[in-house]
Amino acid sequence: MESWRGRLQPLAAVLLGLSLGLAVTAVAGENPWNVLKVLAQSSLGSWYDLGMTLFYATPLIFTGLSVAVAFQAGLFNIGAEGQLVFGALGVAAVGALAPGVPSPLAPLVGILAAVVGGGLWGFIPGWLRARRGSHEVINTIMLNFVAAGLSSWVTLYLLRNMDSQNPETRPVGAGYLLGHFSSVFGDAPFSGAFFLALLAAFGVWVLLWKTPLGFEIRAVGQNESAARAAGIDGARIRILAMTLAGALAGLVGVGEVMGNSGKFRMGFSPDFGFVGIAVALLGRNRPVGVIAAALLFGALQKGTAALDFETEHVTRDLSSIIQALVILSVSAEGLWSWMKRRKGGMGA
Amino acid sequence: MNAAETGAWALLIQLAASTLRVSTPLVLAALGGLASERSGVINIALEGMMLVGALAAAIVTHSTASPWLGVGAGMAAGALLALLYGLCVIRLRSDQIVAGTAINLLAAGIAPFVCKVLYGATGQTPSIGIENRFQSGPTWMAFALVLAVAAWLRWTPSGLWVRFAGEHPEALSTAGIRVNRVRWAGVVLSGVLSGLGGAALSIQLSSAFSRNMTAGRGFMALAALIFGKWRPVPTALACLLFGFADAIQIRLQGVVLWGSEPVPVQFIQILPYVVTVLVLAGLVGQARAPRALGQFFDRG
Repeated sequence: MESWRGRLQPLAAVLLGLSLGLAVTAVAGENPWNVLKVLAQSSLGSWYDLGMTLFYATPLIFTGLSVAVAFQAGLFNIGAEGQLVFGALGVAAVGALAPGVPSPLAPLVGILAAVVGGGLWGFIPGWLRARRGSHEVINTIMLNFVAAGLSSWVTLYLLRNMDSQNPETRPVGAGYLLGHFSSVFGDAPFSGAFFLALLAAFGVWVLLWKTPLGFEIRAVGQNESAARAAGIDGARIRILAMTLAGALAGLVGVGEVMGNSGKFRMGFSPDFGFVGIAVALLGRNRPVGVIAAALLFGALQKGTAALDFETEHVTRDLSSIIQALVILSVSAEGLWSWMKRRKGGMGA
Repeated sequence: MNAAETGAWALLIQLAASTLRVSTPLVLAALGGLASERSGVINIALEGMMLVGALAAAIVTHSTASPWLGVGAGMAAGALLALLYGLCVIRLRSDQIVAGTAINLLAAGIAPFVCKVLYGATGQTPSIGIENRFQSGPTWMAFALVLAVAAWLRWTPSGLWVRFAGEHPEALSTAGIRVNRVRWAGVVLSGVLSGLGGAALSIQLSSAFSRNMTAGRGFMALAALIFGKWRPVPTALACLLFGFADAIQIRLQGVVLWGSEPVPVQFIQILPYVVTVLVLAGLVGQARAPRALGQFFDRG
């Protein structure tokens, strides 16, 4: 019964959010049916479009997993945005400072740098929560801004690309760059990072549901005092889970720096970290759900990008509106219990 | 006084004036956050409420040439978004952090959307002439409101209700006051004040609304609220401190203080956030949140 509702509720929320979003476009003077057609065509209409959708979905899988892992440990990670910045900066810094590392080794070094950069930025709020008792929500919000400031300093003062007008770091060595599958997806920057994301999702599933450590993490998330009674060190688990969450978000840097731009570009993330909250929520904090939700939001991101030139009054900002409406719908517990009650009442 | 001294005084006065100006939106939004959080509702949606306030104020001021109508529109827009937030967290039992994040996302999407519909471009609203902009009005309002809110919380019955809704909602309910009604008031007030803060941003500190113009000020207001331990006057002082950091980093851009490199302004920019983390960790003073903050109250 619970799982039936659990599966249907996200779907209903997506439909509700999408319908409300399309209703908004009608207010703006567009034909919602036409908008929907543009969204579908531009996200899935060709191999190139599909490649772009998967490219956009990749960072969302990482940030969705990041939020989900923290959530399983009873923590709210609003800091994926800062963690992914540090992950990407880590990759870019290593790639720019050690450009000569040869190809089979370099991507591994890059992945490690992303994990360390993001992990560090997850460890801090984890430690603060576990050892100082300060709430991770505020801390991660604050650390997002600190990450933005520090990354801007590193980019502009330490690793600046002097050949570019844009605020970005020097390019990474050629060995770090991941190939594109251009025979399939054309010019879309689809890279092996997508498979890394799937692998990470599988890894999270194994860790959380198939290992003793994962059991401890979920135990702390579900009932900390019971977990403590069972001899689990909640503080240690929380630090670990938050570090892991940071590392997962940091892996966004792999797709962005090694798979796409070859450098750290300030402000490259259009709120991947925040959309990750929606992805985790919609995916009910399960790896498979996260992948499905990330694909959906990736398609939304690619689809809405086409609205800029395919429609008169609507732009890509529609994606934020729809995402927000989906989050509000899926999180409104009261809405669903009210509908259930009403349905029950009608049956009786 | 010699020339150097006069220069130093002039600089100091300039710095003080610009501190007051740039603190204005922070103070207003932080007071809004205070109204909501003291009543027991976490409010990370301040950022979004400020953004729609800034947008509405710029649109209405531009089309009516009246900054007063603009301010009213800013407050109304903030209140409208607050109503949606209240509906989610007070009525529909949404998680307050999740819903707050969604509200911010919604505002970030709606603002360029409205700009596009009205002006054909997502970037910004048309510029407002200096004669139709506020010079210092919102700043006076902000600091008068600090005292007003402090007095309200301390000495009026409804202020007491707000404090109890955040500390001991059961006790308030037992006394026959509807907790969720008090929280509705707190949340809507947070929208009104944040909207006013947004208006100060677009029609006092600048001449138009531009994309993402709040740039994290809602979160900085939240930081000030925590730094100020959820009390009006200390919160306003925290806003002034953060505003001072902001003013000084504008001044210090490109200035060489020591060595040969200009001061990296980034370190001044992140200061408010670092301070907040340290305060929360108990490394600089102690902060205690309202006891029932973030808890859904199940009885209207």
